[in-house]
Amino acid sequence: MAEFQNFTLNFGPQHPAAHGVLRLVLEMEGEVIRHADPHVGLLHRGTEKLAEHKPYNHSIGYMDRLDYVSMMCNEHGYVLAIEKLLALEPPLRAQYIRVMFDEITRILNHLLWLGAHGLDIGAMTVFLYCFREREVLMDCYEAVSGARMHATYYRPGGVARDLPGQMPQYQPSAFRSERELKRMNEARGGSLLDFIENFTDYFPGCIDEYETLLTDNRIWKQRTVGIAEVSPERAIALGFTGPMLRGSGVEWDLRRKQPYEVYDRLDFRIPVGTNGDCYDRYLVRIEEMRQSTDIIRQCVNWLRDNPGPVMADEPKVVPPKREVMKHDMEAMIHHFKLFTEGYSVPEGETYAAVEAPKGEFGVYLVSDGANKPYRVKIRAPGFAHLAAMNEMVQGHMLADVVAVIGTQDIVFGEIDR
Amino acid sequence: MSEHMATLAGALQSRFSEAVVSFAAVTDEVTLEVPLAQYREVAVVLRDGPEFGFAQLSDLCGVDYLAYGDAEWTTEASTELGYSRGVERYHGEQDPDLDSPRRFAVVCHLLSLQHNARLRLRVYAADPQFPMVPSVVDIWPAANWFEREAFDLFGIHFEGHPDLRRILTDYGFIGHPFRKDFPLSGHVEVRYDPDRGRVVYQPVTIEPRVTVPKVIRAARGQAPTEPQEAGRDG
Repeated sequence: MAEFQNFTLNFGPQHPAAHGVLRLVLEMEGEVIRHADPHVGLLHRGTEKLAEHKPYNHSIGYMDRLDYVSMMCNEHGYVLAIEKLLALEPPLRAQYIRVMFDEITRILNHLLWLGAHGLDIGAMTVFLYCFREREVLMDCYEAVSGARMHATYYRPGGVARDLPGQMPQYQPSAFRSERELKRMNEARGGSLLDFIENFTDYFPGCIDEYETLLTDNRIWKQRTVGIAEVSPERAIALGFTGPMLRGSGVEWDLRRKQPYEVYDRLDFRIPVGTNGDCYDRYLVRIEEMRQSTDIIRQCVNWLRDNPGPVMADEPKVVPPKREVMKHDMEAMIHHFKLFTEGYSVPEGETYAAVEAPKGEFGVYLVSDGANKPYRVKIRAPGFAHLAAMNEMVQGHMLADVVAVIGTQDIVFGEIDR
Repeated sequence: MSEHMATLAGALQSRFSEAVVSFAAVTDEVTLEVPLAQYREVAVVLRDGPEFGFAQLSDLCGVDYLAYGDAEWTTEASTELGYSRGVERYHGEQDPDLDSPRRFAVVCHLLSLQHNARLRLRVYAADPQFPMVPSVVDIWPAANWFEREAFDLFGIHFEGHPDLRRILTDYGFIGHPFRKDFPLSGHVEVRYDPDRGRVVYQPVTIEPRVTVPKVIRAARGQAPTEPQEAGRDG
């Protein structure tokens, strides 16, 4: 009889469960993993270097493309860093809009995560359900910025434009019956805020649907309970943030601990896990979606009652309005300078972090007083999580690798940058 | 928060007399700059000291200060020669800063969950020809990949790192792309050669180009400082 020895298995980079381009070199002993070596960088675009060669505002769009399922949260981190150096505070309405869209983004991200995670470990239906709701939230993105994903909506000093008073409607076409058209336009009669409020009314019911499919599902539990347990001390030492840290039972959320924008005025709770396994992290994220829905509703109510400017009154940073430019020479000059040269940020350095859906998304910005950043370092939450991959999968089966990739909520846009 | 950070700055200064502590009021952040020899020692105290408790390393990155403060255009004085395209930016062998001992730095961002505080820890690699900094992987396990990244992108070597390999760039990549003397367009390009029937690597064929030159303007209330090379535009 031949004696079995360890063998090496190559997983990815083109594998449906690799969530993009992850190449894993796994050292196996039978079906048990002894060592995992993730190879990343296949999606490296040099975002940070590109940002060093462009005026500040030009790079906001790059931020969308980092973690391409939580677009606006990335913009938020970058914009916040610039504002910190400029000592610029956006108007209150802009802050509420940002918080509302951060939470919409959180739901968007968690829906994709839930769908993909479910699909990876054998639950097909939940994927279809999740994408149904994602579509609605993408429409909110589109209504406010014109783009379904890469919005470039946040700007230093506020947001690009105010919320639209009229939600765009589907037009009649040869491919839709009148009845269908009416159904599609049902929620689109009013403003964007009405549309979002309608969403918050029915979305908790949708979460219940996902939970019916998964939470007590025996197969789901067999695949997630007790898989990749991480102790709280270890989670902190490994640099875990977000649901990965809270799943291990550490109550740490930047929205609460180091509040930015208006999070200190809002009422929400922080879910934490107890065992630190894949199942707990699943429960944490599900509860986060419920809390986000709550936050969105609070923001909608406030935004309805408080109209006002959405951009700070700072002509050196914020472009002037079109109408003003027609008769004001100063505004014309500012417009010209802002769009050819950009604005200069005072010399200094800062680290701004936001609680992105995946964890702490930080931007370390060094300025030497120029119109371009001297150095931008993006601290992506997924990078630290994936670095712990080896530790999390050791001793587990090959099939559990997929569960761990899923639970880490890996997106290569932000890891490879 | 602000008072809290100022207290932290005071505590750091009294604990580490040889380090430079700076507190930026605008951003409400504390920076600790330590000599290379004390880097690890300070790191251990920061992690284990009850008054600090920086149990988490949020981020570690390299910074190349080669082009710091170099503008491509003069802004205050007028030039007789008109404006250039600002393309003469690549720092050749004659750049005096190329061998400066303060060229490469490693910057860590620490987080104390216990005291809800952040701290920036900076250490300069002494020799820019072969920048070397001790590794902190055994102090904060999270540093592992961050140090690999800094090695890959800046060529900073981490002494004592268990597995210092490239991480983000391609297999077989030459050079350290985030150094300031590495051009944005790189050195090699890849294309499919139909004659040879395979993918070939060749020197880049595109010219370096700058769409918006780097301009340094003094903040309001400050005296303008002109770059050294004022007037070389042509």
